[in-house]
Amino acid sequence: MHHDDFQKHEGRIFTKSFFALLTLVLIGVYLVGLRCVKGIGAVSNMSDGFPWGIWLTYDVATGTAIACGGYAVAILVYIRHHMHYHPLIRSCILTSMFGYALAGLSVMVDLGRPWNVYNFFVPSHWQVNSVLFEVALCVMAYTLVLMIEFLPAILYSIENSEWRRLREFVDRLHPTLVPDREKLLSRIEKVRATAGWLRPKLDKVLIFFIVLGIALPTMHQSALGSMLLIAATKLHPLWHTGFLPLLFLINCIYIGYSMVILESIISSFAFKRPYETKELSGLAGIIPWLTVIWLSVVVGDLVYRHQIGAAFRFDFYSCFFLVEFALVAIGSVLLFSGKNRGAPRWLFISAVLIVLGGALYRFNVYLIGYNPGPGWSYFPSLAELMITVSIIAFELLGYQVLVKLVPVLPKIHLHGHGKPQEKTGTQEKVNHSPEELLPGETLTMKQKMSK
Amino acid sequence: MKRQNRRDFLKAVGCGAGLIAAAPAAVASPDASPHLNNEELGMLYDATMCVGCKACMSACKRVNNDGGNLECDKAPFDPDSKWDAPEDLTGNNRTIIKLYKESSTSFSYVKYSCMHCQNPACVSVCPVAALTKDKQTGVVDYNKDVCIGCRYCQVGCPFNIPKFQWDRALPRIVKCNFCISTFLKEKGITACADACPTKAILFGKRKDLLAEARLRLQQNPDKYVQKIYGEKEVGGVNHLYLAGVPFTRLGLPELPEEAPPEFSEKIHHAIYKGFIAPIALYTVLCLIALRNIRKHGKDEPAPKVEPAEGK
Repeated sequence: MHHDDFQKHEGRIFTKSFFALLTLVLIGVYLVGLRCVKGIGAVSNMSDGFPWGIWLTYDVATGTAIACGGYAVAILVYIRHHMHYHPLIRSCILTSMFGYALAGLSVMVDLGRPWNVYNFFVPSHWQVNSVLFEVALCVMAYTLVLMIEFLPAILYSIENSEWRRLREFVDRLHPTLVPDREKLLSRIEKVRATAGWLRPKLDKVLIFFIVLGIALPTMHQSALGSMLLIAATKLHPLWHTGFLPLLFLINCIYIGYSMVILESIISSFAFKRPYETKELSGLAGIIPWLTVIWLSVVVGDLVYRHQIGAAFRFDFYSCFFLVEFALVAIGSVLLFSGKNRGAPRWLFISAVLIVLGGALYRFNVYLIGYNPGPGWSYFPSLAELMITVSIIAFELLGYQVLVKLVPVLPKIHLHGHGKPQEKTGTQEKVNHSPEELLPGETLTMKQKMSK
Repeated sequence: MKRQNRRDFLKAVGCGAGLIAAAPAAVASPDASPHLNNEELGMLYDATMCVGCKACMSACKRVNNDGGNLECDKAPFDPDSKWDAPEDLTGNNRTIIKLYKESSTSFSYVKYSCMHCQNPACVSVCPVAALTKDKQTGVVDYNKDVCIGCRYCQVGCPFNIPKFQWDRALPRIVKCNFCISTFLKEKGITACADACPTKAILFGKRKDLLAEARLRLQQNPDKYVQKIYGEKEVGGVNHLYLAGVPFTRLGLPELPEEAPPEFSEKIHHAIYKGFIAPIALYTVLCLIALRNIRKHGKDEPAPKVEPAEGK
């Protein structure tokens, strides 16, 4: 759609953090290899009592919620019609795409017999009673939709790129290895022309994919809650309720908005761009209303099921419940104040609290509140954790590289700040050098580059 | 002892006659759940008759070794794997005999294997129908060629029966299937029931097993806990238990009478009945989004000329 809302981030791709993240990814690749040869038990502490460990709980159940920024902002932009959030959407879709694709990847690591996955597409094996069947199909479809939603950015880059690097590379090879240079260049031209032809066509139908990208998460995020409905005798009554689907749905939306705030503040900080405070404080105004609904459903449901006493027993389960509840509640209370919503520091702190609380809720449902009976216990092994860490590292790596290759981040001049606020607390810690603080200069460079 | 035996015998005759007369009434009793199918196959394990010889375990493994897929569970003192010494149900065995010991004189054996629920949670949650319940026999079977290894069945099963082969590169789910494709097909009985020297394991239709169990409870009220475990648990299961010590001590959990799938499927189906709600949601969202885009176009009369930006 509006490609002029976005810009590429100029910078080197092979930075120190690139190599640090790459190392983590390679460790993960090794461990996954080990898992393929020696079985899941060789790298994880999962057991027959705890068949779902950190991979499912974090990478899938929590990771997809954290990746709900694209979903939450799409609701705001296309359904609630707040077009001034549009500049945020591409980076949100990118993180969502990574979150979901990698959730899919870690499911493939987690599955014992992944070569049989094609059975999801064999109608005679469809099992509509299974919540997991619905989740799997929806997540696969949504990952595809996210890729289509992100495609315009990539097509735009292909179309407008000078292919400088490739040309240089070809030039270097020319005498011996690339006999027909002209043919290659004409082929590049053809790819560019195709991209240019496809993009406006895609833009016309894109809205139907975007809406699909709103409907699908509504379905599978609620279904992620329904997954544990079956564990009536294993999940602690504090969490086992018929409202699980509703709670998971609301939970993913407020986590989604909070993550947008976090991602924006962090990427502004890391890429030394001005803070998008105006958009973010608008988002932050929505969050407390969602959390208030969520907290009321939680409390109301506990009262209705006569389980409210279990919340104040101060045993293992009650403590985790209270921590989860308190994190979300404190974060929301902070965001009710308009003054806090205008300050990046408080935005950051409250968003962190809410994401932690919301994520803890999902951990509580999938792992902490799950008790298969006496004699079973679970804590993830180091190798198991490292696979999850490497998946997160891969996510960060991909984001870092892609924002430098395709126009993803909001265009700076659109925000009209020119400079980030200098008196907020987060800024003091940043300690920018003067040249880093000149977004205007980046912009002019940018314009030069595009011309 | 003799006197008691005679008394028991007399009682048995009397009660047996009474029971046979009452059996049809019991089967058709109104308190039975409408979903219960007592024609399904089942087993009755009487813990008071079990001597812990583990003949059932070795028979099971001999018959159902899946072409050598089930290995030995090593004992710590036995590095050469001379003995098969599992400590619990694992990915290497479908049934196990365990001992509950209160004192040297008071103890009970217990046999674990798939309960073959009337409304099995594992079948309800399996996303690719690798676990199925046979309509006629009621046997819950597993098909490794379809299974994706998601282990949702393990999460769903209230008895923690399905086991996963954690140490294999090509793992399977392992659970009892009443020898449906092996011994049952040839001999009409499960290998464990066939091997049991004390007839502690009975194999047959659920209604016959229930009648037999009730008979035993009435014959020997002092010997048994007055309950048939599995008759009503999680909507009724086909593997029934009688025991002389409380069932929870034998590791058989106290469970509600409602089958877990009834609750979860009720909610899941309410949302996805006929796929109407998702389609309605998509349609409504599409209409709203399209209207918004049109409105947006009117708000900003100068449309964005996209091709211009790249030049």
